[in-house]
Amino acid sequence: MSEPAALVELMRSWLNSRLDPAALAWLDDRVQAIASSDKKALYLSFGLVPRKVGKGSLNLTERECNAAIAARHEWNPDRWSIDQLVRTMLVLSFPSSDTDAYVKTLDQMYSTGEVGELIALYQTLPLFPNQPAHILRAAEGIRTNIKAVFCAVAHHNPFPSEQFSDDQWNQMILKCLFVEVSLRPVIGVDERANPRLMTMLVDFAHERRAAHRPIPAELWRGVGTYADDRAIADLKTVLTTGTSAERQAAALALSTSRHPAAKSVLAEAPEQAHAISAGEYSWRTVAAAEQAH
Amino acid sequence: MLYVDPHIHMVSRTTDDYELLAASGVKAIIEPAFWQGQARTQIGSFQDYFSSLVGWERFRAAQFGIRHYCTMGLNSKEANNEALAEQVMDLLPLFLTKEGVVAVGEIGYDDQTPTEDKFFRKQLEMAKEVGLPVLIHTPHRNKKQGTYRSIDVIEEHGIPPHMVVIDHNNEETYREVLDRGYWCAFTIYPGTKMGNERMVDILKVAGPERVIVDSSADWGKSDVLAVPKTAKLAAERGIPRDQIELVCYRNAIAAYSQSGQFTEADWLNPPVVDQRNLFEGNSVLRGGQSPRIDDANEANIIR
Repeated sequence: MSEPAALVELMRSWLNSRLDPAALAWLDDRVQAIASSDKKALYLSFGLVPRKVGKGSLNLTERECNAAIAARHEWNPDRWSIDQLVRTMLVLSFPSSDTDAYVKTLDQMYSTGEVGELIALYQTLPLFPNQPAHILRAAEGIRTNIKAVFCAVAHHNPFPSEQFSDDQWNQMILKCLFVEVSLRPVIGVDERANPRLMTMLVDFAHERRAAHRPIPAELWRGVGTYADDRAIADLKTVLTTGTSAERQAAALALSTSRHPAAKSVLAEAPEQAHAISAGEYSWRTVAAAEQAH
Repeated sequence: MLYVDPHIHMVSRTTDDYELLAASGVKAIIEPAFWQGQARTQIGSFQDYFSSLVGWERFRAAQFGIRHYCTMGLNSKEANNEALAEQVMDLLPLFLTKEGVVAVGEIGYDDQTPTEDKFFRKQLEMAKEVGLPVLIHTPHRNKKQGTYRSIDVIEEHGIPPHMVVIDHNNEETYREVLDRGYWCAFTIYPGTKMGNERMVDILKVAGPERVIVDSSADWGKSDVLAVPKTAKLAAERGIPRDQIELVCYRNAIAAYSQSGQFTEADWLNPPVVDQRNLFEGNSVLRGGQSPRIDDANEANIIR
C-alpha cells in the first residue's frame, strides 16, 4: 500500500477537474496546516468540508479507478462523493508516525462525528498506515445501529477481510443479514467462510423459520463451503421447496460445498443442477430473483 | 402543505412520533441542544449528547424521511454549574461547524443569574465568530424582563436582529420582539407556553412577518403535531394559506438558511450522497400520505 502522502497526492490529482480554484486553494492550505500537526485545523476543516467542496459524486474514470487499485489493493472509491474523498485526504495528511497519538486523534473525531463524518472516517480504514492499529475501531463501526455507517465498514472495504479475526468477521456477516444489507459488496465474503460462521448462519436460519420470518437467500452463501450434515439437510429443503431465489441460492451453496453428499443433493433438482453447470446462476441473479419475488 | 418544526427535542420522543410527523407533512425539524430534564454532571455527558444530535438522531429521523438539523449550545439552566460550563465552552467549537448545525442555541436566561449571563455572552461571541444564527430561550419566570434583557445583551454584542430567533414568546412579549426586528417564535406547548387558539388570535393582529411556530415537544407533556395542528386551526379560522405557510414553514427556512446549512432543497431534492446514506431510497419523498391529524376539531386544540 502507498504511503499516506502518496495517497493524498493521488486523490489531489483527481480534484483538479472537479473543484473550482477557490476550493482547491482552501484544500491545499488546510492540507499543509494539518501536515504540520495542527490538530485544530484538522478538526475544524474536517467539519467544513461539505460547504467548501460540495457533495457531488466523484465519478472516477476507469483510469483513475485503476490508479486507486494500484495504490491500494481492492480500494475502490468510485462511488464516493467529493466531500468524502476530501475528508479522507485531510485525515491522511495528519502526521501518523506516532501510531498511538494518531489513533487517539482519530478517536476524538470518531467520538464526536456526525453521520457524514463517520461514513468518511470508516471508509478511510483501508488507507490508514499501520492497519492493525485500527481493528478495534473497525469492530466498533460494526456495532453501530446507523446502517450507512455500518456499510462504510462492511461494503466495498478491504479492511475487514484483511484484518478481522474470525469472531469479528462472523459478527459482521451475521449483522449484514440481520440488518438486511447485501453480502455482495462485502470484499472477501467467500474467502473468509469458516465452519463457525456456517453454524451461526444455520442457527439464524432456524431462528427465522421458527419465527415465521423470511430467510434472506444470501444467507446460504456463507453456509455452502463448510456445510455439515444439518446444513446439507437445510439446503436440500430450500433447494426443493424454496422460492426461486432460495433455490438458486441453495444450488450455488451446494456447488461450492465440500460435503460428500452435496453433489447428489444438487442432482435431486435437475433444473437447478443444469443451471449451475451452465454457469447461469450467480449471487447477482439470486438478488435479482429475490427482488422480483 | 409542508411544514418545518424548527424547535423539537426528538431524543425524548418515540418512533411513533416520527411517524406522526412524517405523515402530517413535517419535512424537516430542528433539535436545539437543551437540558434533558435533569442536570448533567460530567463533560462526557455533554459530548455524547451533542454527538447524538448530529449522529444517531439524524439517522433516526432520516429513517422516517424527515431531515434532522440541530442547534448547539449550553442551555441557561446548566450554565449555572460554572466549572462544568467552562468545559462545555471548550467542547462547543468542535460541534459548531458541523454539517447540519444551523444555529447556536438554545441559549439565554433561566434564573437570570450572573453565571448565566457570563455564558450567554460567551456563546453570543462564538456565534459571531462562526457566523451562525442564534436561538434564544426566553425564561419561564420573570419572562418579560428576561426577554428584554436578552435583546439588550444581543444588541450590546452587535449581533443584527435578522440573525436571532427569540423563542417562547407570548402576548406580553411579542410586540417588542417584532418591533426590534427579531424573528419571533411561538412555542405551542400545552399548559405552560402558548395554545394554538391564542396563537391564531395573535396572528390576526401581528400578521405573519418574522413569526415562527414550533412545538418544543420534549420529555414533558407536549405535542409533536403542534405545528400542523396550528396550521389547520389557523386555516379553519380564516388565516390565508400563504400566511400559514410563512409561519409554519417559510419563515423558519429563511431564518435558519442564514447558516448555509438549511435549504428546502435538502429535503425536496437531496444530494445523491445524502439519499444513499441517509434516506435509504425513496422514503424522503413519500407521496400520497394523508395527514393523520384527527378530524374532530377538539383534538386539534392545544391549550
